[in-house]
Amino acid sequence: MQRFSAFALLAKSLGGHQGWSRQWRLATPKDAYDVVIVGGGGHGLATAYYLARNHGITNVAVLEKGWLGGGNVARNTTIVRSNYLWDESAALYEHSLKLWEDLSQDLNYNVMLSQRGVLNLAHSLQEVRDSRRRVYANQLNGVDAEWLDRGGVKVFCPLINTDESLRYPVLGATLQRRAGTARHDAVAWGFARAADSRGVDIVENCEVTGFDIQGGRVTGVQTTRGAIRAPKVAIVVAGHGSVMAERAGFRLPLESHPLQALVSEPIKPVLDCVVMSNAVHVYVSQSDKGELVIGAGIDSYNSYAQRGSLPVVTSQLGALIALFPMFSRLKMMRNWGGIVDVSPDASPIVGKTPIDGLYFNGGWGTGGFKATPGSGHIFAHTIAHEDPHPLAAPFNLDRFSTGALVDEHGAAAVAH
Amino acid sequence: MLLIDCPHCGPRDETEFHAGGEAHIARPEKAAELTDAQWADYLFMRSNTKGWFAERWVHAAGCRRWFNVERHTVTHEIRRTYPMAGAPTEPEEGP
Ligand SMILES: Cc1cc2nc3c(=O)[nH]c(=O)nc-3n(C[C@H](O)[C@H](O)[C@H](O)COP(=O)(O)OP(=O)(O)OC[C@H]3O[C@@H](n4cnc5c(N)ncnc54)[C@H](O)[C@@H]3O)c2cc1C
Ligand SMILES: [Zn+2]
Repeated sequence: MQRFSAFALLAKSLGGHQGWSRQWRLATPKDAYDVVIVGGGGHGLATAYYLARNHGITNVAVLEKGWLGGGNVARNTTIVRSNYLWDESAALYEHSLKLWEDLSQDLNYNVMLSQRGVLNLAHSLQEVRDSRRRVYANQLNGVDAEWLDRGGVKVFCPLINTDESLRYPVLGATLQRRAGTARHDAVAWGFARAADSRGVDIVENCEVTGFDIQGGRVTGVQTTRGAIRAPKVAIVVAGHGSVMAERAGFRLPLESHPLQALVSEPIKPVLDCVVMSNAVHVYVSQSDKGELVIGAGIDSYNSYAQRGSLPVVTSQLGALIALFPMFSRLKMMRNWGGIVDVSPDASPIVGKTPIDGLYFNGGWGTGGFKATPGSGHIFAHTIAHEDPHPLAAPFNLDRFSTGALVDEHGAAAVAH
Repeated sequence: MLLIDCPHCGPRDETEFHAGGEAHIARPEKAAELTDAQWADYLFMRSNTKGWFAERWVHAAGCRRWFNVERHTVTHEIRRTYPMAGAPTEPEEGP
């Protein structure tokens, strides 16, 4: 792997930036691997990377049906935070945030983590109580969290309309200063490059169409590029989890929905933090290019179409204008959708399946980007040791039978 | 944007309706006799079909009645709407 450094940049600039090598090989699938990972999104690539880095398992293939970074990893609005309510989630997302903080160094790839602070606004007395409760819970779990009253919000983010006459006035906000955004493409590319350099084969345009299962144990996968044998197979396909599970013969408690986002025309820097509101339902940050990146909730019906409908966009823009009247003249440039796999308790499912050797990682729904390094890290451990990582253990599939749900719906502010 | 043909009121804009998820999930007759896994299957597991899918909608800003819709989850095409008591279309035997 060609390492990136200030010196390398300088040296290559003398040659007109010719001669940079490929970031990862165009691998042709082999007949057999120790581990096959289905899905080349952020979580699949991170899993491959940590299998190689932490467990010395390098005979690994990542099979991606499209191109690398075509899924949610490059469609999301890049909010990274760890201020979840429950102990299990706080531990998981904080573990991930700590990995984020060293990720650029670790991967030798700039993922442009920007810890600019995330505000979660509260608009009613009940939301104020819930938010303050979450701040206390976060503090007890070692997650940085502060409560700002209305005046404090105005100081931290002067642009927000804190006028009392608003239909849903801003009464305060939680602030996580270590939270922020990261560059989504760079996360996919950085993990791909680092995994490849340790020997992982990244195979694009290779769709997994079925699983070979003998006596309740997985022995390999069928793909559009032939059969591949593997004693361990990991499904990490975001919105397509249920489709994969059906092909393997088990059921999941997931529903796939479109989640949309849109960006405005680029403007001068005006917004230097991330603002999220659950009640009026919109969230916004400004990209380094100057565009406002805007998102909100899912479309309510099931879909695999990677596009949503206009009423959802209309309502989130209405909320945006109420909070930031000065954005009312901005033109919106692009909008798109991704397919998110929503679980009943808004928490992920990470671990074993009813089939031996077959592992599942999904159900991250609208908020899995922030978990990318943490998810890959604990999932790689789970696959390598054939036993859940302690942080993954509460997020097993059995919790839907035992009743030990990790109910983050509403508890963790807006779920992105 | 969906145009949904309410069986009671006729075609109306999507914003008049609320989606109610997968249709034809019957509550088990003897719930107390189920195992935890069977109960979980009823309560939480979903087919989440990619393709033709039977789902429930309610005409919230209209007649306020629940009904069923057969919609394709990739194209969003709606091929049929029918009252709650109606039976789903049998899946075609494809090659
Ligand atoms: C609009 C939007 C905004 C979001 N905002 C945020 C946010 O601000 N913060 C946050 O934390 N999260 C956010 N999310 C959620 C986050 O993007 C996802 O939870 C996360 O990216 C999912 O993991 P992934 O990166 O591995 O998914 P993906 O990138 O979707 O990877 C899954 C891959 O599996 C592949 N695949 C599927 N089926 C097969 C098959 N049969 N064979 C081979 N490959 C297959 C797909 O092609 C895809 O590339 C957002 C999502 C969307 C859509
Ligand atoms: Zn009606």
